[in-house]
Amino acid sequence: MNIKTPLFAVIALLLSQSALADTAEATLTIKNHRFSPAELSVPAGSKIKLTVNNQDATPEEFESHDLNREKVIPGSSKAIIWIGPLKPGSYAFVGEYHEATAKGRIIVK
Amino acid sequence: MLGSAVIVFREVLEAALIIAIVLGASRGVAHRGRWVTGGITAGVLGACAVAVFAGAIANAVEGRGQELLNAGVLLTAVVMLGWHNVWMSSHGRKLAGEMKRLGQDVSVGVKPLSAMLAVTALAVLREGSETVLFLYGLAASGSGSAALVPGGLLGLAGGAIIGWMLYRGLLHIPLRHFFTVTGWIVLLLAAGLAANAANYLSQAGLLPTLYPQLWDTSDLLSQKSLAGQFFHVLVGYNDRPSAMQMIFYLATLTTIALLMRVAGGNSGATRKAAGGMS
Repeated sequence: MNIKTPLFAVIALLLSQSALADTAEATLTIKNHRFSPAELSVPAGSKIKLTVNNQDATPEEFESHDLNREKVIPGSSKAIIWIGPLKPGSYAFVGEYHEATAKGRIIVK
Repeated sequence: MLGSAVIVFREVLEAALIIAIVLGASRGVAHRGRWVTGGITAGVLGACAVAVFAGAIANAVEGRGQELLNAGVLLTAVVMLGWHNVWMSSHGRKLAGEMKRLGQDVSVGVKPLSAMLAVTALAVLREGSETVLFLYGLAASGSGSAALVPGGLLGLAGGAIIGWMLYRGLLHIPLRHFFTVTGWIVLLLAAGLAANAANYLSQAGLLPTLYPQLWDTSDLLSQKSLAGQFFHVLVGYNDRPSAMQMIFYLATLTTIALLMRVAGGNSGATRKAAGGMS
């Protein structure tokens, strides 16, 4: 036993907890520089595999300061973004390249 | 036009601030301008290549290509910045002394200059590829492509002006303290970039966040704001960091500071500087 043991125990616990968190899947579609659904519900406390399907011909950048995420999605392609586990609440996101129309929220319940 | 100017400005700003810091930290080094220009050119070419292959990159490694590329670019920059600081902690004092004595720039050899070139190129590559994609998207959709060139140039000029102002500001620091201050800034910049890299790996599902949000200071200083972005580059400020980002930040900070202290060795001034960091 040394002084580092409790620290490792804490890290191991944190790692195992996040590894054990349930995985949920959700999908967003971009078309005509708009997200659908504009409000996406996902469960709290789960890791979420978010697929963003960009059906426009032009690239878009999925950006969410609330979620601390940003990813460029080339035209006519899909991207996967891992988020969470999250606390209940509302998290805004935008398509940075077309911020006027491309915006939405992820509702965590 | 204003919309494209704002986006280009945002992307250019981060690279411009990093270049300003690199230029400041290598003050007194002969031919650094040429090397930084080389870095910018390499970065722009690289950004165009990344933009052209964006689709292939995004789909590589089971859809994790973009995050892995970003994390790789960031971590390489961290290593280069760390190496620069370690080099400076053994040569900085001599460099400052010679600058004072000769009143002119000092030749330092190729190694420290190539690290500068790499950091510049990587910063431009990362921010530039997003700019290229954005402008390509606008041009391809035909929406407001007439305003594209002036908007893009306006954003570019805005970012460059802020970077230039930071550089001019750094030069006001007295030479006696100059490399201590720039050493600190480079150290914090490296730690911040490492934290960014951690976030990309979490986004790719390769690293747990451990705790998604340690704090939320976005009301106080939003990372989206000009000041927020400024401090994001300068000290690695993050308004909503994850625990994993914090671990990367602190680990990088400690590692580089320790290496600086070891490299500083017998030099009294640098030992004092490094001692204050550990």
